[in-house]
Amino acid sequence: MSSIHDAFARAKSENRAALIGYLPAGYPSRDGAIECIKAMVEGGVDIVEIGLPYSDPVMDGPTIQAAVEISLNAGTKIVDVIETVRAIAADGTPTLVMSYWNPIERFGVEKFATELANAGGVGVITPDLTPEEAGAWNAATDAHGVDRVFLVALSSTNERIATVASETTGFIYAGAVMGVTGARSSISGAIQDLVARTRQASELPVAVGLGVSTPEQAHEIAQYADGVIVGSAFVSAIEKGGAQGARELAEKLAAGVKR
Amino acid sequence: MSIDTAVVPDALGHFGPFGGRFVPEALMAALDEINDAFHKAIVDPSFTAELNDLLVNYTGRPSPITVAANFSKHCGGATILLKREDLNHTGSHKINNVLGQALLTKRMGKTRVIAETGAGQHGVATATAAALFGLECVVYMGEEDTKRQALNVARMRLLGATVVPVTTGSRTLKDAINEAMRDWVANVETTHYLFGTVAGPAPFPELVREFHRVIGKEARQQMLDRFHRLPDAVVACVGGGSNAIGIFHEFIPDTDVKLIGIEAGGDGVETGRHASTITGGAVGVLHGARSFVLQDEDGQTVESHSISAGLDYPGVGPEHAYLHDIGRAEYRPVTDAQAMEAFQILCQTEGIIPAIETAHALHGAMTLGKELGPEAYILINLSGRGDKDVETAARWFGLTE
Ligand SMILES: Cc1ncc(COP(=O)(O)O)c(C=O)c1O
Repeated sequence: MSSIHDAFARAKSENRAALIGYLPAGYPSRDGAIECIKAMVEGGVDIVEIGLPYSDPVMDGPTIQAAVEISLNAGTKIVDVIETVRAIAADGTPTLVMSYWNPIERFGVEKFATELANAGGVGVITPDLTPEEAGAWNAATDAHGVDRVFLVALSSTNERIATVASETTGFIYAGAVMGVTGARSSISGAIQDLVARTRQASELPVAVGLGVSTPEQAHEIAQYADGVIVGSAFVSAIEKGGAQGARELAEKLAAGVKR
Repeated sequence: MSIDTAVVPDALGHFGPFGGRFVPEALMAALDEINDAFHKAIVDPSFTAELNDLLVNYTGRPSPITVAANFSKHCGGATILLKREDLNHTGSHKINNVLGQALLTKRMGKTRVIAETGAGQHGVATATAAALFGLECVVYMGEEDTKRQALNVARMRLLGATVVPVTTGSRTLKDAINEAMRDWVANVETTHYLFGTVAGPAPFPELVREFHRVIGKEARQQMLDRFHRLPDAVVACVGGGSNAIGIFHEFIPDTDVKLIGIEAGGDGVETGRHASTITGGAVGVLHGARSFVLQDEDGQTVESHSISAGLDYPGVGPEHAYLHDIGRAEYRPVTDAQAMEAFQILCQTEGIIPAIETAHALHGAMTLGKELGPEAYILINLSGRGDKDVETAARWFGLTE
């Protein structure tokens, strides 16, 4: 079983949801991202998602778009993303990459899985890859023992959830809102139903993300989900307060995910 | 060579290795809904009758073919035939697709349409249909394009649409599509994304093609009725590829007819400042489908460059990638300067001001005519009129004060 599995199991034994934190590689700088992610982990993040900056992030709102643009303008390459993974995973933190599909396809599906695994990365979240298009990716991730995380959405039918669940390993990512990343003042009740429908289709942990930014929201979601995913709020916290800002937000969210 | 698969994509929307759906899961249900509604509609006589009535009595179809005898002299003496999509209501081919999708929007019970636009022609057509059908309309347009196509921005606003200038990335068509996708994911329950070309996730490449196929159907029959023969070549400009696929499609089984797509060469493909996706790009995924993409070695999209806003796009529809791959169609670049040369020649020899997009196809025909010789018949899709480009052209030719 993977370190992702262990992280969810540990959180469960402590009667809380796992806290999953996202930051794009290269934001606020290459080394700054590593420093900030380490601070997030010190503050209580259980699982790390490192974003692979992409020129056309259609699933991201203004906060992450701006961070990704800073990263790309500074020249972040895929090899830098892999090195960021290596630096974080070296401490034993379960570390995934979140990437739009084209960079992985262009880099080489097999090569990406190999290099990620060699760097200690444990999984990849692909927000614009559906299981229907994932043939080569399934083979490469299986071959290298890398978890592949697909998403379910509020609009997913039970049939689609079953399709997604059957191809996913690690955990299932349930999108809390219909829309792009970015903080929301409220999260609809429909996400609880989506988590319940996903549990019908899979034994895997279900983590909820998109729009989640506050400890209160994290607490509410922790009552029914196995994991809470926070991204844009970390970017904003770092913009204001650097690594210390990231640590403080992680501490508050870590308190929030206790049941 | 399998022509059948070019006509009908597989169940997941693939044209050979191209196409498919690379989208957030949140959009999968909407794409399925559109796919269902579309396939039911096109075999429903009440839908086809309503669409046909609009095409005839609102758009003004069929569009004529004009023999461009003076322009021929610049094309090695080949007979040049212009399929006059510029004479359609709103001034380009774009209206064909828009009316079809607007009817689908009504059928799906949606009340709001969003669109991306580059040259503004698709935005104007969408705003027009929205006015006709009482739909709320928001058009995303790169800020750069709002400047070079200011006339069309004003037209859209007059028609009651909201135009949102997009200030991210290259501030052109690619970024307008990104922003429209973001809107769509958030509002998909009430909103139809009225996509403007034969790119994007399935079913858009097939759906948009079907609504533009009327161009080639008419043209092929007009050729037979008036000239008692088929053309030797069909030429069209390719941005996303909708006017090209529209005129090509009916001729795909006629394997003696060359199909030539003209991409925007910008400053020249060798300079790296161009929008020739098939000529100068590589296979990848952009905006929901696998096709050719202008990209770097990390899969980051590279900004395209063209004088023509409607061709200034680093992607291309997957069916074109497929037609290129199987060798059924050929894609060539034409530079800004070449396109403007052809633009001026058509203005001054035929009294027709073409869109700058279309001028690329015209230059392609000038070269092709010299290759094929004076016996050849070349059919060009005159995809749009150039009113929107008067300012750009006046600046290019130094006609302003
Ligand atoms: C007149 C005209 N021709 C061609 C195009 C390019 O689009 P497509 O390649 O989809 O036909 C446009 C797009 O704006 C246009 O306005």
